[in-house]
Amino acid sequence: MPLDRRDVDTDQIIPASWLKRVERTGFGAGLFESWRRDPAFVLNDPRYAGAAILLAGPNFGCGSSREHAVWALQEHGFRAIVAESFADIFRMNCARVGMVTAQLPGNAVSRLMRAVEADYTLSVVIDVGDRTVSAAGETHAFPLDDFTRMRLLEGLDDIGLTLRHARDISRYEATRAAHLPRIGGA
Amino acid sequence: MGRTLSQKVWDSRVVRRAEGEPDLLYVDLHLVHEVTSPQAFDGLRLAGRRVRRPDLTLATADHNTPTVDIDKPIADAVSARQLSALEENCREFGVRCYPLGHALQGIVHVIGPQLGLTQPGMVIVCGDSHTSTHGAFGAVAFGIGTSEVEHVLATQTIAQARPGTMAVTVEGELARGVTAKDVILGVIERIGISGGTGTIVEYRGAAIRRLSMEGRMTVCNMSIEAGARAGMIAPDDVTFAYLEGRPHAPTGAAWERALDGWRSLATDEGAAFDREVRVDARQLRPYVTWGTNPAQSSTIDGVVPDPESFGDPARQETAARALRYQDLLPGTPIRDIAVDAVFIGSCTNARIEDLRAAAAVIDGRRVRDGLRALVVPGSAQVKAEAEREGLDALFRRAGFEWRAAGCSMCLGMNPDVLGPGQRCASTSNRNFEGRQGPGGRTHLVSPVVAAATAIAGHFATPEDL
Repeated sequence: MPLDRRDVDTDQIIPASWLKRVERTGFGAGLFESWRRDPAFVLNDPRYAGAAILLAGPNFGCGSSREHAVWALQEHGFRAIVAESFADIFRMNCARVGMVTAQLPGNAVSRLMRAVEADYTLSVVIDVGDRTVSAAGETHAFPLDDFTRMRLLEGLDDIGLTLRHARDISRYEATRAAHLPRIGGA
Repeated sequence: MGRTLSQKVWDSRVVRRAEGEPDLLYVDLHLVHEVTSPQAFDGLRLAGRRVRRPDLTLATADHNTPTVDIDKPIADAVSARQLSALEENCREFGVRCYPLGHALQGIVHVIGPQLGLTQPGMVIVCGDSHTSTHGAFGAVAFGIGTSEVEHVLATQTIAQARPGTMAVTVEGELARGVTAKDVILGVIERIGISGGTGTIVEYRGAAIRRLSMEGRMTVCNMSIEAGARAGMIAPDDVTFAYLEGRPHAPTGAAWERALDGWRSLATDEGAAFDREVRVDARQLRPYVTWGTNPAQSSTIDGVVPDPESFGDPARQETAARALRYQDLLPGTPIRDIAVDAVFIGSCTNARIEDLRAAAAVIDGRRVRDGLRALVVPGSAQVKAEAEREGLDALFRRAGFEWRAAGCSMCLGMNPDVLGPGQRCASTSNRNFEGRQGPGGRTHLVSPVVAAATAIAGHFATPEDL
């Protein structure tokens, strides 16, 4: 689905009124809540219903750290986002929950958008293993560090991975300066 | 080849570094609030995990708390459930919590520094993007999402690739009436809302050094509005004077030892930044945002720009879209724009100095008829201090509503929201579409401009009154 806007902030992706929920689910209906009231907004275009890849303008996901924005996109069915650039926290949040963020040169994203607008049935393939986006006869590589790639492919539990290094954590902990503040506990 | 301030702090907190992997960083302080934590605590419960270091974790309720009738049951059942979930989770996992009504409750980024928990050289995280505030003390402080909150709760560490470095140097002296808020709005106007992406920004230069700790917090707070991972200022005597005597600051011999370490926290002579930006303080004026992102601003002496004046077609379209949303015409003098509401509050500008500065402007004057004006102190302690100084009475006499502490109308999660089409002069940090309520229009300003605007009914500086 092509969303040809730059600097889409997380307040637009999921407005604050939705953040009162204590669950990880139930955010899909709030996705782009304000923009989707406009019948012409691309999310209301039946041709793109069920799309798993979102094509977006630069600096996607700026603003608030709310991971709820990623949950809302996932619940709607998106599994990957292609853009020229992403905001840092948003990109981290995506990596933590298995949403692929594929960063491509701006002109490549624009060409993809035009191609998908011209033919909504066009299939776009993201290969996480190969770190490529392919469509309409073009293949573009996108940057993806080995660590994130491995976690995307294997769906590993980040906490479990870190706890493999529990001894390193304890060792570091023992060296912390005594003057560092401590809170009394509950 | 020396290291920058951010690199020094970062390197000192590395638990584990391995080729091809992000650094595993130790977290010295994890601040928690009701909105981004319930799913994280649920995750711990599901996996049978505990909070590794409750003594380095502090929770408070701020985003979703009402600012009136705080002693009465909360009307919105969903909000009430979220607030009680925080208290229950903290009880279950042994985390200290300052809930609504507690004398130490407040916006998470106001209470950390206030309690002396925020100290130089620390790594501080919180499930909130304005965690960058704490960088004003020379800490590496950044916002994280809920999955990372769970990770920090379970492991007291966070896996992060080392960011790039950027220096923003503000040389010279600020003109009278130009505040820390104008410094950061001016910086963002120059570098853009993604100008700092991927970096930790260090603010340097004479104009920064001359800011109070609270002013420095305002500057670092909005680093995220330039896309930066964090903002930092090297600690100095201003920092140490602010910290000394606070409840969690070290004392006696430990204070002296801490000082020795803190004094080494400065960028080395000759250390190179990935990017450097210089700003002449004398060119800064009070800023007012006209658009729907924090870089879309003008000095108060300016006019609403013509979207055609932006070179890049994408930016032209963004500006045109912003003006449609904001219902503004190009060429309109900023001072001619009338507002319906004024909000003095948020983690950017709701500390005691902000309230004093605003109060000095309104003293003996009246809020313009028909205008709604709100003061929401940053914490219960700030509120109590202001009340000791009589600021509450002064604000009330002028026609302001004096509220209890919280995030309030900064993000429009609690009942303090703008109506559709309403225009607000706000001391907060984001002017995104609908940020302060669906259809609401936000203009970011300093506390003194907000106060003067409340009196004039349109954008104004104190000198205009």
